[in-house]
Amino acid sequence: MPTVGVNRDKLFEKLGKVYTDEEFDHLCFEYGIELDDVTSEKEMLRKELASTVAKGGDSKLAAEAAAASEEVIYKIDIPANRYDMLCVEGIARALNIFRGTQSSPQYNLADMTGKQPLQMVVKPETALVRPFVVCAVLRGIKFDPARYNSFIDLQDKLHQNLCRQRTLVAIGTHDLSTIQGPFTYEALPPEEIKFVPLKQTREFNAKELMQFYLENDQKLKKFVPIIHSSVVYPVLYDANRVVLSLPPIINGAHSAITLDTQDVFIECTATDLTKAKVVLNTVVTMFAEYASTPFTVEPVEVVDALGNRTLYPDLSYRSLTLTTDYVNSLLGLQLPGEEIVKLLTKMQVAAELGPDGKELLVQVPPTRSDILHACDVAEDVAIAHGYNNIPKRIPPTTTQGRELPLNQLTELLRAEIAMSGFTEVLTWALVSHAENFEFMRRPDDGITAVEIGNPATADFEVCRSSLLSSALKTLAANKDNALPIKLFEVSDAIVLDPSKSVGARNERRLVAVFCAKDSGFEVIHGLLNRVMEVLGVPYKEDPAAAGSPVTYHWSPSADPAMFPGRQAAIFTGDTQVGLFGIVHPEVLAAFEVPYPVSALELNLEPFVFNQFYESLLEPLST
Amino acid sequence: MADLETSLLQALHAQEVIADSGDLAKSLGVEHIVLVGTIRSLQASEMITAEDIDHFRYVLTDEAQGYLTAGSPEAQVFNAVPAGEGITLAELKARVSGEAGDVGFKQAMQQRWLALDKSDVGEPRVVRKVDAIVDRTQQLLADVAGGRELPKAEAESLAKKRKLIKPEQWKTYKLTKGPKFALERKKPATDLTFEMMSKGTWRMQEFKDYNFNALGVPPPSGQLHPLLKVRSQFRKIFTQMGFEEMPTNQYVESSFWNFDALFQPQQHPARDAHDTFFLTKPASTPAGRGVDNDYLNRVKSVHEMGGYGSVGYGYSWKLAESEKNLLRTHTTAVSSRMLYRLANQPGGFKPAKYFSIDRVFRNEQVDRTHLAEFHQVEGLVCDKGLTLGDLIGVLNQFFSRLGLKKLRFKPAFNPYTEPSMEIFSYSEQLGKWMEVGNSGMFRPEMLRPMGLPEDVNVIAWGLSLERPTMILYGIDNIRDLFGHKVSLSMVRKNPLCRLGL
Repeated sequence: MPTVGVNRDKLFEKLGKVYTDEEFDHLCFEYGIELDDVTSEKEMLRKELASTVAKGGDSKLAAEAAAASEEVIYKIDIPANRYDMLCVEGIARALNIFRGTQSSPQYNLADMTGKQPLQMVVKPETALVRPFVVCAVLRGIKFDPARYNSFIDLQDKLHQNLCRQRTLVAIGTHDLSTIQGPFTYEALPPEEIKFVPLKQTREFNAKELMQFYLENDQKLKKFVPIIHSSVVYPVLYDANRVVLSLPPIINGAHSAITLDTQDVFIECTATDLTKAKVVLNTVVTMFAEYASTPFTVEPVEVVDALGNRTLYPDLSYRSLTLTTDYVNSLLGLQLPGEEIVKLLTKMQVAAELGPDGKELLVQVPPTRSDILHACDVAEDVAIAHGYNNIPKRIPPTTTQGRELPLNQLTELLRAEIAMSGFTEVLTWALVSHAENFEFMRRPDDGITAVEIGNPATADFEVCRSSLLSSALKTLAANKDNALPIKLFEVSDAIVLDPSKSVGARNERRLVAVFCAKDSGFEVIHGLLNRVMEVLGVPYKEDPAAAGSPVTYHWSPSADPAMFPGRQAAIFTGDTQVGLFGIVHPEVLAAFEVPYPVSALELNLEPFVFNQFYESLLEPLST
Repeated sequence: MADLETSLLQALHAQEVIADSGDLAKSLGVEHIVLVGTIRSLQASEMITAEDIDHFRYVLTDEAQGYLTAGSPEAQVFNAVPAGEGITLAELKARVSGEAGDVGFKQAMQQRWLALDKSDVGEPRVVRKVDAIVDRTQQLLADVAGGRELPKAEAESLAKKRKLIKPEQWKTYKLTKGPKFALERKKPATDLTFEMMSKGTWRMQEFKDYNFNALGVPPPSGQLHPLLKVRSQFRKIFTQMGFEEMPTNQYVESSFWNFDALFQPQQHPARDAHDTFFLTKPASTPAGRGVDNDYLNRVKSVHEMGGYGSVGYGYSWKLAESEKNLLRTHTTAVSSRMLYRLANQPGGFKPAKYFSIDRVFRNEQVDRTHLAEFHQVEGLVCDKGLTLGDLIGVLNQFFSRLGLKKLRFKPAFNPYTEPSMEIFSYSEQLGKWMEVGNSGMFRPEMLRPMGLPEDVNVIAWGLSLERPTMILYGIDNIRDLFGHKVSLSMVRKNPLCRLGL
């Protein structure tokens, strides 16, 4: 969720009202944005400074903090799909319309009769790297420092969010008086692109410029990889071969906008045309507020590689037809059509009632790219009506409550094992590769564990294929406890399984460990017998086992994680379902457990059956 | 010990008074210090009274022990000097070495037994000044060793100046019968025993007072983990409300079910490697496995161009992106599979209420409030004609079972629900509104491609299990609740979970 910092007093000026923090918070809550923090430039710098003090402080930052403004800044959280609220202009406009203090502006293209629009000609090579461009012009803009900063901040916010760090869309803005159409959008070998970039004083070719940013510019270097490996770089030229920008990296110094700029040329280059259009619409609809003819935007003709001509921006209002019944039935309300129309107006959505009084003809403004479906319109009605004014109803759906048998058995068994004197632990499914294999003296055969490709930390490299390592880690972290320590966990191990559609499956298992000055092998063995007793599964050699469809037995095993001669595999029928024994001292040493440990690990899934021994496993997918 | 106690009581019984316990110890053939223990114990039981007798004497220091036979240092030095021409200081030092030599020479000079002759050229010589001496110091030490008293001045000189003797004080006792005197002690019992009961001696037995200020002995027991106790209560609440538990025991999921089926666009930030654990093994779920081809095409098309009344996202949907395997980021991946199943089951759609509580995974740095895995609680109702009012109603019902009776709702955004509502609850304890969960109605772009009838709506909500547990049990660091570093005493000492009572 993006957070936008706005100057409180400027915002209140636009709202025409001074709120207390609490009142404003309430207004935000109703609209679905959130007043996240109340701060100031000075306070933010002070906080930043405090965090650098440990590293010896930063004198430049200290000076900045001392000089910084104490004007109050509201940090406001904006829903991730409301790109039209990423600047103070958009927030104020939305809230004004919501409160009924302003009506929705009509966004228009300038009347171009008798005039030739500026042209942007796209060369076919751009398809190799960044195929799309859309443009627009804002005429007669009046900037002041606050507006100018807001204009820059909006582009930043869009780059961070909708533009996915400039990978999908990059915005360039230019002082139109310094450049001359028609413009071209080209893709050229980097050595051939030469210009003075913004904030630099000398000319670079694009190849050396990328190297320069990689080495010297913390902010820009993260965008370099977007085009770095491409044989051609995207570039925009004016009629006199002045470079406008090298998207998505940097604009040229020549056409930089200043506080005195009046006519602004905006270009958005993209790999995703839909998003480029939304980005362009967002920038122009927000700042057309300051144009000589407010809310009017001069279009630019884009001539694509095939010669097709399209006029941008596309400020058309999208029509959407729905019914009042749809809205009311979705929300659980009985609002009359007129009321719905009125409520939608508060959300910047113009609607007209059809002749039957039920049909709603809705005009979605170019600012509301978040509206995809009639349900989005219905939500706006709900917001304007107030979520907290909607009458509640208990759903009439009658169904039977039911636990998943696997989980129900887990619950029953957990209680029984705790009754046997074991303490329950709860450990992570994600472990390091070493914990799952090397520490356990178990070789990685490559067909056992699920592997993560991009873990943020080395602690989470694989999904555990056995629960025992987690129990041993818990013992190590609690080794100063009084002995004996008896722990258990009933949880899922995750194993590769090519027979499953996703290639892996969970397996519900019990792990129990006994840790004392002596191994306690017989205690763990006894727990196995007890668990089987409560599961109603008799020992194969027991006379009582005759006639039981399920029995269990054990026989000596050779698992490398266990001590030789003090371990046994557990079977039901011919299938091995578990293991118990004394944990190998080298395993204990790897986990830094100083005492002997006996352990039991048992797959519970074969025992998920009802009193008729019918299996109750219900896998989610095959 | 008991013998000693009996001997003492009998002696006292016979003599009425024991003038000095020191004598009694001697007569019993034990060290007095051994007898003191018995005296104190009997005194505490008021069987005898004891009156202190202070004693004082000098004893030899360790240094002095050696002089008892070898003679005092000054005598040793004197004897080392031959009569007549004497010897040099160096020679004398060789004969009587160490401290005895130094002290002895100084003392012998003071006593004027010896003199230093410097008349000759060369080294001065130590010569005898008297022919014979009496070693008074040795005599005095012998007296002390023999327990004889010394003249006061000489005793003090030996003790303070020469530190050859030291004072020693000790106590013995004059013993008389106490108020509870008896020849045998009756010890009060600490506990009622089987033996007392079988012999009937409990009737005569005196019992020691019980210390009611101490805690009892903790019973040997196992314990359940607090987070899972909370999980048990949540499961009860759901089943009591008629919800059926979903099979969430599958952590590995394809991007298709985790994102695409939920109408989450492929460029959505949540699908970044920064947020999601993508797998290298098993790396993908081929589209042909488990997803019906027609359904897959409907999902592709709704993303790209919309449909079912939607305009879609207008981008090029990539099959390969949907095949990428991951660790599910939410249990809603399971909900999407269940809803698809519900739409396509034999006999057609039937209303359902589902819930689940299970682990989900986020590729995040672990800190006080974030873990890479946590438990998501999810509930959903799927039926014809459900409304936002139904969602508000069911949320009020559910949260009031958790003790959160005052709710309000904030508009929110979620890619797969519309309308979406954040759930806030008023905390009387904290005096403020707190976010307690998220909710919404699943989007038609998610439900319609699955084949659910057009009038079927799904209302759903979710929250984490960890947050309410941390609030309930007063835990402020999530790492103290979940993971191997959790303290076992936290697990052992937590109370019942009363949610849903």
